[in-house]
Amino acid sequence: MCLSIPSKVEKIDENNMATVDTMGVKRDISLDLMADDVQIGDYILIHVGFAMNKIDKEEAEQSLRVYEEMVEAMQTQEDS
Amino acid sequence: MELKDLYEGFRNPQTIKSFASEIAKEAESLAEPLRVMEVCGGHTHTIMKYGLLQILPKNIKFVHGPGCPVCIMPKERIDHAISLAKMDNTILCTLGDMIRVPGSYSSLALERAKGADIRALYSPLDVIKISKENSNKNVIFFAIGFETTTPMTAAVIDYVVKNRISNVYFHINHVLVPPAVRAIMNPRKAKINAFIGPSHVSVITGSKIYEPLSDEYKTPIVVSGFEPVDVMEAILLLVKQKNVGKAEVEIEYKRSVTRDGNIKAQELIEKYLEVRGHFRWRGIGDIPESALKLKNEYSYLDAEILFKDRLSNEEIDDHKQCICGTILQGLAYPQDCKVFAKVCTPSNPLGSCMVSDEGACNAYYRYGSIDNE
Repeated sequence: MCLSIPSKVEKIDENNMATVDTMGVKRDISLDLMADDVQIGDYILIHVGFAMNKIDKEEAEQSLRVYEEMVEAMQTQEDS
Repeated sequence: MELKDLYEGFRNPQTIKSFASEIAKEAESLAEPLRVMEVCGGHTHTIMKYGLLQILPKNIKFVHGPGCPVCIMPKERIDHAISLAKMDNTILCTLGDMIRVPGSYSSLALERAKGADIRALYSPLDVIKISKENSNKNVIFFAIGFETTTPMTAAVIDYVVKNRISNVYFHINHVLVPPAVRAIMNPRKAKINAFIGPSHVSVITGSKIYEPLSDEYKTPIVVSGFEPVDVMEAILLLVKQKNVGKAEVEIEYKRSVTRDGNIKAQELIEKYLEVRGHFRWRGIGDIPESALKLKNEYSYLDAEILFKDRLSNEEIDDHKQCICGTILQGLAYPQDCKVFAKVCTPSNPLGSCMVSDEGACNAYYRYGSIDNE
Protein backbone atom coordinates (compact mmCIF):
# COMPACT_ATOMS: atom_id res chain seq x y z
CA MET A 1 0.00 0.00 0.00
CA CYS A 2 2.73 2.45 0.94
CA LEU A 3 5.02 1.43 -1.89
CA SER A 4 6.07 4.23 -4.11
CA ILE A 5 8.15 4.46 -7.23
CA PRO A 6 10.89 6.86 -8.32
CA SER A 7 9.97 8.47 -11.65
CA LYS A 8 11.27 11.23 -13.93
CA VAL A 9 9.15 14.25 -14.85
CA GLU A 10 8.83 14.63 -18.62
CA LYS A 11 6.00 17.12 -19.08
CA ILE A 12 3.86 19.42 -16.91
CA ASP A 13 0.51 20.76 -18.11
CA GLU A 14 -1.64 23.74 -17.11
CA ASN A 15 -3.79 21.59 -14.77
CA ASN A 16 -0.79 20.80 -12.58
CA MET A 17 -0.63 17.26 -13.97
CA ALA A 18 2.72 15.78 -14.98
CA THR A 19 3.63 13.01 -17.38
CA VAL A 20 6.30 10.87 -15.75
CA ASP A 21 8.51 8.04 -16.90
CA THR A 22 8.86 5.07 -14.55
CA MET A 23 11.54 2.87 -16.09
CA GLY A 24 9.85 3.00 -19.49
CA VAL A 25 6.23 3.20 -18.33
CA LYS A 26 4.57 6.59 -18.89
CA ARG A 27 1.78 7.82 -16.71
CA ASP A 28 -0.02 11.02 -15.77
CA ILE A 29 0.07 12.04 -12.13
CA SER A 30 -1.08 15.00 -10.05
CA LEU A 31 1.35 17.55 -8.62
CA ASP A 32 -1.29 18.96 -6.24
CA LEU A 33 0.52 17.74 -3.10
CA MET A 34 3.83 19.33 -4.05
CA ALA A 35 4.83 22.51 -2.23
CA ASP A 36 8.10 22.93 -4.15
CA ASP A 37 8.34 23.94 -7.73
CA VAL A 38 8.66 20.81 -9.88
CA GLN A 39 10.75 21.01 -13.05
CA ILE A 40 11.08 18.78 -16.08
CA GLY A 41 13.89 16.31 -15.41
CA ASP A 42 13.25 16.15 -11.64
CA TYR A 43 13.01 12.76 -9.97
CA ILE A 44 9.89 12.37 -7.87
CA LEU A 45 8.21 9.64 -5.80
CA ILE A 46 4.77 8.58 -7.04
CA HIS A 47 2.08 7.15 -4.79
CA VAL A 48 -1.44 6.24 -6.01
CA GLY A 49 -1.46 8.83 -8.78
CA PHE A 50 0.18 11.71 -6.92
CA ALA A 51 3.72 13.02 -6.56
CA MET A 52 4.68 12.86 -2.85
CA ASN A 53 8.06 14.58 -2.92
CA LYS A 54 11.08 15.44 -4.97
CA ILE A 55 13.95 12.98 -4.58
CA ASP A 56 17.06 14.80 -3.41
CA LYS A 57 19.58 13.89 -6.12
CA GLU A 58 22.56 15.12 -4.10
CA GLU A 59 21.62 12.95 -1.12
CA ALA A 60 21.09 9.95 -3.39
CA GLU A 61 24.45 10.47 -5.11
CA GLN A 62 26.15 10.94 -1.75
CA SER A 63 24.73 7.61 -0.50
CA LEU A 64 25.78 5.82 -3.67
CA ARG A 65 29.34 7.21 -3.36
CA VAL A 66 29.60 6.01 0.24
CA TYR A 67 28.39 2.55 -0.81
CA GLU A 68 30.94 2.38 -3.64
CA GLU A 69 33.76 3.25 -1.25
CA MET A 70 32.52 0.62 1.18
CA VAL A 71 32.45 -2.09 -1.47
CA GLU A 72 35.94 -1.11 -2.69
CA ALA A 73 37.33 -1.17 0.85
CA MET A 74 35.87 -4.62 1.42
CA GLN A 75 37.26 -5.96 -1.83
CA THR A 76 40.74 -4.59 -1.05
CA GLN A 77 40.52 -6.27 2.36
CA GLU A 78 39.50 -9.57 0.80
CA ASP A 79 42.32 -9.38 -1.76
CA SER A 80 45.01 -8.67 0.81
CA MET B 1 22.68 10.12 -11.98
CA GLU B 2 20.19 8.18 -14.11
CA LEU B 3 16.72 7.13 -12.94
CA LYS B 4 17.84 3.48 -12.96
CA ASP B 5 20.55 4.30 -10.39
CA LEU B 6 17.76 5.05 -7.90
CA TYR B 7 16.69 1.42 -8.27
CA GLU B 8 19.87 -0.51 -9.04
CA GLY B 9 22.15 1.49 -6.75
CA PHE B 10 20.03 0.53 -3.75
CA ARG B 11 19.67 -3.14 -4.73
CA ASN B 12 23.32 -3.83 -5.49
CA PRO B 13 24.30 -7.29 -4.18
CA GLN B 14 27.89 -6.19 -3.47
CA THR B 15 26.68 -3.30 -1.34
CA ILE B 16 24.29 -5.60 0.55
CA LYS B 17 27.22 -7.96 1.18
CA SER B 18 29.43 -5.13 2.45
CA PHE B 19 26.73 -4.05 4.87
CA ALA B 20 26.28 -7.65 6.03
CA SER B 21 29.95 -7.88 6.92
CA GLU B 22 29.93 -4.47 8.69
CA ILE B 23 26.82 -5.46 10.64
CA ALA B 24 28.38 -8.80 11.62
CA LYS B 25 31.41 -6.97 13.06
CA GLU B 26 29.36 -4.39 14.95
CA ALA B 27 26.84 -6.93 16.21
CA GLU B 28 29.55 -8.81 18.11
CA SER B 29 29.52 -5.95 20.63
CA LEU B 30 25.76 -5.98 21.20
CA ALA B 31 24.99 -6.37 24.91
CA GLU B 32 21.67 -8.08 24.15
CA PRO B 33 20.10 -9.44 20.96
CA LEU B 34 18.59 -6.77 18.73
CA ARG B 35 14.84 -7.30 18.44
CA VAL B 36 13.96 -4.87 15.71
CA MET B 37 10.41 -4.22 14.63
CA GLU B 38 9.97 -3.09 11.06
CA VAL B 39 6.71 -1.23 11.58
CA CYS B 40 5.78 -1.21 7.91
CA GLY B 41 4.71 -4.19 5.84
CA GLY B 42 6.70 -2.86 2.88
CA HIS B 43 9.87 -3.53 4.86
CA THR B 44 8.67 -7.02 5.80
CA HIS B 45 8.32 -7.68 2.08
CA THR B 46 11.86 -6.41 1.33
CA ILE B 47 13.38 -8.45 4.17
CA MET B 48 11.75 -11.65 2.91
CA LYS B 49 12.14 -11.01 -0.82
CA TYR B 50 15.87 -10.30 -0.64
CA GLY B 51 16.60 -12.96 1.99
CA LEU B 52 18.08 -10.44 4.41
CA LEU B 53 17.32 -12.64 7.43
CA GLN B 54 19.71 -15.27 6.14
CA ILE B 55 22.68 -12.91 5.84
CA LEU B 56 22.30 -11.23 9.22
CA PRO B 57 23.89 -12.49 12.45
CA LYS B 58 21.82 -14.67 14.79
CA ASN B 59 21.56 -11.96 17.42
CA ILE B 60 19.47 -9.76 15.12
CA LYS B 61 15.79 -10.71 14.98
CA PHE B 62 12.97 -9.07 13.09
CA VAL B 63 9.57 -8.67 14.68
CA HIS B 64 7.04 -7.89 11.98
CA GLY B 65 4.89 -4.86 12.66
CA PRO B 66 1.25 -3.86 12.09
CA GLY B 67 1.96 -1.48 9.19
CA CYS B 68 -0.33 -3.04 6.63
CA PRO B 69 -3.58 -1.08 6.27
CA VAL B 70 -5.46 -3.97 4.69
CA CYS B 71 -4.34 -6.37 7.44
CA ILE B 72 -5.55 -4.26 10.34
CA MET B 73 -9.03 -3.54 9.00
CA PRO B 74 -11.55 -5.20 11.35
CA LYS B 75 -14.26 -7.35 9.84
CA GLU B 76 -17.08 -5.03 10.85
CA ARG B 77 -15.61 -2.28 8.69
CA ILE B 78 -15.20 -4.60 5.71
CA ASP B 79 -18.87 -5.44 6.29
CA HIS B 80 -19.55 -1.68 6.10
CA ALA B 81 -17.97 -1.57 2.65
CA ILE B 82 -20.05 -4.56 1.56
CA SER B 83 -23.29 -3.05 2.92
CA LEU B 84 -22.57 0.24 1.13
CA ALA B 85 -21.75 -1.55 -2.13
CA LYS B 86 -25.07 -3.42 -1.99
CA MET B 87 -27.15 -0.23 -1.85
CA ASP B 88 -29.13 0.67 -4.98
CA ASN B 89 -27.62 3.11 -7.41
CA THR B 90 -24.18 2.94 -5.81
CA ILE B 91 -20.61 2.56 -6.99
CA LEU B 92 -18.16 1.61 -4.25
CA CYS B 93 -14.51 2.49 -4.90
CA THR B 94 -11.47 1.43 -2.93
CA LEU B 95 -7.76 0.77 -3.35
CA GLY B 96 -5.64 -2.29 -3.91
CA ASP B 97 -6.08 -5.52 -2.03
CA MET B 98 -9.02 -4.31 0.00
CA ILE B 99 -11.50 -6.04 -2.27
CA ARG B 100 -10.12 -9.51 -1.47
CA VAL B 101 -10.18 -9.29 2.32
CA PRO B 102 -12.89 -11.46 3.86
CA GLY B 103 -15.44 -9.73 6.06
CA SER B 104 -17.75 -11.66 8.38
CA TYR B 105 -19.84 -13.21 5.59
CA SER B 106 -18.45 -12.09 2.23
CA SER B 107 -15.79 -9.97 0.54
CA LEU B 108 -15.99 -7.10 -1.91
CA ALA B 109 -14.63 -9.38 -4.63
CA LEU B 110 -17.46 -11.89 -4.06
CA GLU B 111 -20.06 -9.14 -4.06
CA ARG B 112 -18.61 -7.78 -7.29
CA ALA B 113 -18.93 -11.22 -8.84
CA LYS B 114 -22.58 -11.22 -7.77
CA GLY B 115 -23.16 -7.95 -9.60
CA ALA B 116 -22.40 -5.08 -7.23
CA ASP B 117 -20.54 -2.18 -8.86
CA ILE B 118 -17.24 -2.24 -6.97
CA ARG B 119 -14.11 -0.67 -8.41
CA ALA B 120 -10.51 -1.22 -7.31
CA LEU B 121 -8.79 2.02 -8.25
CA TYR B 122 -5.22 2.82 -9.16
CA SER B 123 -5.63 6.32 -7.75
CA PRO B 124 -8.21 8.06 -5.54
CA LEU B 125 -8.34 10.67 -8.34
CA ASP B 126 -10.32 8.15 -10.41
CA VAL B 127 -13.23 8.77 -7.99
CA ILE B 128 -13.74 12.16 -9.62
CA LYS B 129 -13.78 10.74 -13.13
CA ILE B 130 -16.19 7.96 -12.13
CA SER B 131 -18.51 10.44 -10.40
CA LYS B 132 -18.70 12.59 -13.57
CA GLU B 133 -19.39 9.62 -15.81
CA ASN B 134 -22.13 8.40 -13.44
CA SER B 135 -23.85 11.57 -12.31
CA ASN B 136 -27.07 9.67 -11.54
CA LYS B 137 -25.33 7.33 -9.06
CA ASN B 138 -23.78 7.70 -5.61
CA VAL B 139 -20.05 7.11 -5.64
CA ILE B 140 -18.63 6.08 -2.26
CA PHE B 141 -14.89 6.05 -1.68
CA PHE B 142 -13.88 3.52 0.98
CA ALA B 143 -10.62 5.22 1.95
CA ILE B 144 -7.88 3.12 3.52
CA GLY B 145 -4.21 3.57 4.33
CA PHE B 146 -1.68 5.01 6.74
CA GLU B 147 -0.33 8.58 6.66
CA THR B 148 1.14 7.92 3.18
CA THR B 149 -2.23 7.63 1.48
CA THR B 150 -4.23 10.10 3.59
CA PRO B 151 -3.21 13.27 1.69
CA MET B 152 -4.42 11.76 -1.59
CA THR B 153 -7.86 11.21 -0.03
CA ALA B 154 -7.75 14.76 1.32
CA ALA B 155 -6.96 16.04 -2.19
CA VAL B 156 -10.08 14.31 -3.53
CA ILE B 157 -12.20 15.71 -0.67
CA ASP B 158 -10.77 19.14 -1.50
CA TYR B 159 -11.81 18.77 -5.15
CA VAL B 160 -15.29 17.54 -4.24
CA VAL B 161 -15.85 20.41 -1.78
CA LYS B 162 -14.50 23.15 -4.05
CA ASN B 163 -16.34 21.94 -7.15
CA ARG B 164 -19.52 21.12 -5.22
CA ILE B 165 -19.73 17.63 -6.60
CA SER B 166 -22.95 16.23 -5.17
CA ASN B 167 -22.67 12.48 -5.71
CA VAL B 168 -19.41 11.56 -3.92
CA TYR B 169 -19.21 10.33 -0.30
CA PHE B 170 -16.36 9.08 1.84
CA HIS B 171 -15.97 6.22 4.33
CA ILE B 172 -12.71 7.10 6.07
CA ASN B 173 -10.45 4.38 7.52
CA HIS B 174 -7.13 6.21 7.58
CA VAL B 175 -4.96 5.04 10.46
CA LEU B 176 -1.91 6.44 12.25
CA VAL B 177 1.47 4.86 12.95
CA PRO B 178 2.49 6.33 16.35
CA PRO B 179 -0.59 5.14 18.33
CA ALA B 180 -0.13 1.64 16.87
CA VAL B 181 3.51 1.58 17.99
CA ARG B 182 2.39 2.61 21.49
CA ALA B 183 -0.26 -0.12 21.56
CA ILE B 184 2.47 -2.67 20.88
CA MET B 185 5.07 -1.18 23.21
CA ASN B 186 2.89 -0.55 26.24
CA PRO B 187 2.24 -4.20 27.13
CA ARG B 188 6.00 -4.73 26.57
CA LYS B 189 5.32 -8.33 25.59
CA ALA B 190 7.06 -8.23 22.22
CA LYS B 191 10.32 -7.04 23.86
CA ILE B 192 11.27 -4.78 20.99
CA ASN B 193 14.43 -2.74 21.45
CA ALA B 194 14.81 -1.04 18.04
CA PHE B 195 12.59 0.16 15.22
CA ILE B 196 12.91 0.57 11.49
CA GLY B 197 10.65 3.55 10.73
CA PRO B 198 8.36 3.51 7.68
CA SER B 199 9.60 4.99 4.39
CA HIS B 200 6.70 6.74 2.80
CA VAL B 201 4.63 7.49 5.87
CA SER B 202 7.71 9.50 6.87
CA VAL B 203 7.93 11.28 3.49
CA ILE B 204 4.56 12.84 4.39
CA THR B 205 4.81 13.23 8.19
CA GLY B 206 8.55 13.82 8.55
CA SER B 207 10.70 11.90 11.02
CA LYS B 208 9.62 14.22 13.87
CA ILE B 209 6.57 12.08 14.66
CA TYR B 210 8.87 9.36 16.06
CA GLU B 211 10.79 11.61 18.46
CA PRO B 212 8.32 11.20 21.37
CA LEU B 213 8.41 7.42 20.84
CA SER B 214 12.20 7.08 20.93
CA ASP B 215 12.28 9.26 24.08
CA GLU B 216 9.46 7.42 25.82
CA TYR B 217 10.68 3.89 25.12
CA LYS B 218 14.45 4.67 25.07
CA THR B 219 14.57 2.92 21.72
CA PRO B 220 16.48 3.89 18.57
CA ILE B 221 14.35 4.44 15.47
CA VAL B 222 15.92 4.59 12.01
CA VAL B 223 13.72 5.73 9.12
CA SER B 224 14.69 3.55 6.19
CA GLY B 225 13.95 3.38 2.47
CA PHE B 226 12.31 0.28 1.00
CA GLU B 227 15.26 -1.04 -0.98
CA PRO B 228 17.38 -3.85 0.49
CA VAL B 229 20.49 -1.65 0.78
CA ASP B 230 18.40 0.88 2.72
CA VAL B 231 17.23 -1.78 5.16
CA MET B 232 20.78 -3.09 5.67
CA GLU B 233 22.13 0.41 6.29
CA ALA B 234 19.28 1.06 8.76
CA ILE B 235 20.19 -2.12 10.67
CA LEU B 236 23.83 -1.02 10.85
CA LEU B 237 22.79 2.40 12.19
CA LEU B 238 20.56 0.73 14.81
CA VAL B 239 23.34 -1.59 15.97
CA LYS B 240 25.77 1.34 16.18
CA GLN B 241 23.29 3.35 18.28
CA LYS B 242 22.80 0.37 20.59
CA ASN B 243 26.53 -0.11 21.02
CA VAL B 244 27.03 3.47 22.22
CA GLY B 245 23.84 3.52 24.30
CA LYS B 246 21.93 6.01 22.14
CA ALA B 247 18.17 6.02 21.48
CA GLU B 248 17.57 8.59 18.77
CA VAL B 249 15.57 9.11 15.62
CA GLU B 250 17.88 8.89 12.63
CA ILE B 251 17.10 9.12 8.91
CA GLU B 252 18.73 6.59 6.59
CA TYR B 253 16.33 7.47 3.74
CA LYS B 254 17.79 10.96 3.32
CA ARG B 255 17.04 11.20 -0.38
CA SER B 256 13.31 11.39 0.40
CA VAL B 257 12.67 12.03 4.10
CA THR B 258 13.17 15.22 6.11
CA ARG B 259 12.42 15.98 9.74
CA ASP B 260 9.37 18.09 8.81
CA GLY B 261 7.94 16.10 5.89
CA ASN B 262 5.52 17.37 3.25
CA ILE B 263 3.89 20.36 4.96
CA LYS B 264 1.45 21.02 2.12
CA ALA B 265 0.12 17.47 2.40
CA GLN B 266 -0.12 17.76 6.21
CA GLU B 267 -2.11 21.01 5.90
CA LEU B 268 -4.53 19.47 3.44
CA ILE B 269 -5.18 16.58 5.85
CA GLU B 270 -5.73 18.97 8.76
CA LYS B 271 -8.21 20.99 6.74
CA TYR B 272 -10.63 18.09 6.24
CA LEU B 273 -9.82 15.33 8.71
CA GLU B 274 -9.48 14.99 12.46
CA VAL B 275 -8.52 12.29 14.94
CA ARG B 276 -11.37 10.00 15.98
CA GLY B 277 -11.70 8.87 19.58
CA HIS B 278 -11.54 5.15 18.94
CA PHE B 279 -10.73 2.73 16.16
CA ARG B 280 -10.64 -1.03 16.45
CA TRP B 281 -7.63 -2.72 14.83
CA ARG B 282 -8.02 -6.25 13.60
CA GLY B 283 -6.40 -8.59 16.08
CA ILE B 284 -5.15 -5.80 18.33
CA GLY B 285 -8.43 -4.29 19.49
CA ASP B 286 -9.37 -0.71 20.27
CA ILE B 287 -6.57 1.85 20.04
CA PRO B 288 -7.66 5.33 21.18
CA GLU B 289 -6.98 8.21 18.79
CA SER B 290 -5.40 5.92 16.21
CA ALA B 291 -7.43 6.85 13.14
CA LEU B 292 -8.97 9.81 11.33
CA LYS B 293 -12.49 10.86 10.34
CA LEU B 294 -14.06 13.73 8.41
CA LYS B 295 -14.44 16.94 10.39
CA ASN B 296 -18.01 17.73 11.49
CA GLU B 297 -18.37 20.55 8.98
CA TYR B 298 -17.93 18.00 6.18
CA SER B 299 -20.27 15.40 7.69
CA TYR B 300 -22.50 15.89 4.63
CA LEU B 301 -19.85 13.86 2.76
CA ASP B 302 -19.47 11.17 5.45
CA ALA B 303 -20.94 7.83 4.32
CA GLU B 304 -20.56 6.50 7.85
CA ILE B 305 -23.00 9.13 9.12
CA LEU B 306 -25.33 9.36 6.11
CA PHE B 307 -25.90 5.62 5.82
CA LYS B 308 -25.51 4.75 9.50
CA ASP B 309 -28.81 2.85 9.59
CA ARG B 310 -27.30 0.24 7.30
CA LEU B 311 -23.95 -0.08 9.09
CA SER B 312 -23.46 -2.21 12.19
CA ASN B 313 -20.63 -1.49 14.59
CA GLU B 314 -20.85 -4.77 16.42
CA GLU B 315 -17.32 -6.07 16.92
CA ILE B 316 -16.56 -9.16 14.88
CA ASP B 317 -13.48 -11.21 15.70
CA ASP B 318 -11.29 -13.22 13.38
CA HIS B 319 -11.64 -16.90 12.56
CA LYS B 320 -10.69 -18.90 15.66
CA GLN B 321 -7.78 -20.63 13.94
CA CYS B 322 -6.31 -17.38 12.54
CA ILE B 323 -3.53 -15.79 14.61
CA CYS B 324 -3.18 -12.63 12.50
CA GLY B 325 -3.74 -10.48 15.57
CA THR B 326 -0.92 -12.10 17.52
CA ILE B 327 1.37 -11.75 14.49
CA LEU B 328 0.43 -8.08 14.09
CA GLN B 329 1.44 -7.49 17.71
CA GLY B 330 4.83 -9.06 17.10
CA LEU B 331 4.08 -12.01 19.41
CA ALA B 332 4.10 -14.80 16.82
CA TYR B 333 5.41 -15.67 13.38
CA PRO B 334 3.33 -16.99 10.46
CA GLN B 335 4.67 -20.52 10.82
CA ASP B 336 3.29 -20.61 14.39
CA CYS B 337 -0.21 -20.63 12.87
CA LYS B 338 -1.88 -24.01 12.39
CA VAL B 339 -3.63 -23.03 9.18
CA PHE B 340 -0.70 -21.15 7.58
CA ALA B 341 -0.05 -22.41 4.02
CA LYS B 342 -2.57 -25.22 4.60
CA VAL B 343 -6.11 -23.91 4.78
CA CYS B 344 -4.96 -20.30 4.50
CA THR B 345 -3.19 -19.35 1.26
CA PRO B 346 -3.01 -16.18 -0.86
CA SER B 347 -5.67 -17.54 -3.24
CA ASN B 348 -7.95 -18.49 -0.36
CA PRO B 349 -6.98 -16.29 2.59
CA LEU B 350 -8.56 -16.95 5.96
CA GLY B 351 -7.03 -13.90 7.57
CA SER B 352 -5.96 -10.49 6.36
CA CYS B 353 -2.19 -11.04 6.85
CA MET B 354 -2.34 -13.53 3.99
CA VAL B 355 -4.24 -11.22 1.63
CA SER B 356 -2.00 -8.23 1.22
CA ASP B 357 1.51 -8.24 -0.24
CA GLU B 358 2.55 -6.41 2.88
CA GLY B 359 1.10 -8.97 5.27
CA ALA B 360 3.67 -11.09 7.08
CA CYS B 361 1.90 -14.37 6.18
CA ASN B 362 1.80 -13.48 2.50
CA ALA B 363 5.52 -12.60 2.48
CA TYR B 364 6.44 -15.87 4.27
CA TYR B 365 4.25 -17.86 1.91
CA ARG B 366 5.84 -16.31 -1.19
CA TYR B 367 9.45 -16.34 -0.18
CA GLY B 368 9.76 -19.64 1.60
CA SER B 369 9.90 -20.89 5.13
CA ILE B 370 12.32 -19.15 7.40
CA ASP B 371 13.59 -20.35 10.71
CA ASN B 372 13.26 -17.58 13.26
CA GLU B 373 14.55 -19.59 16.15
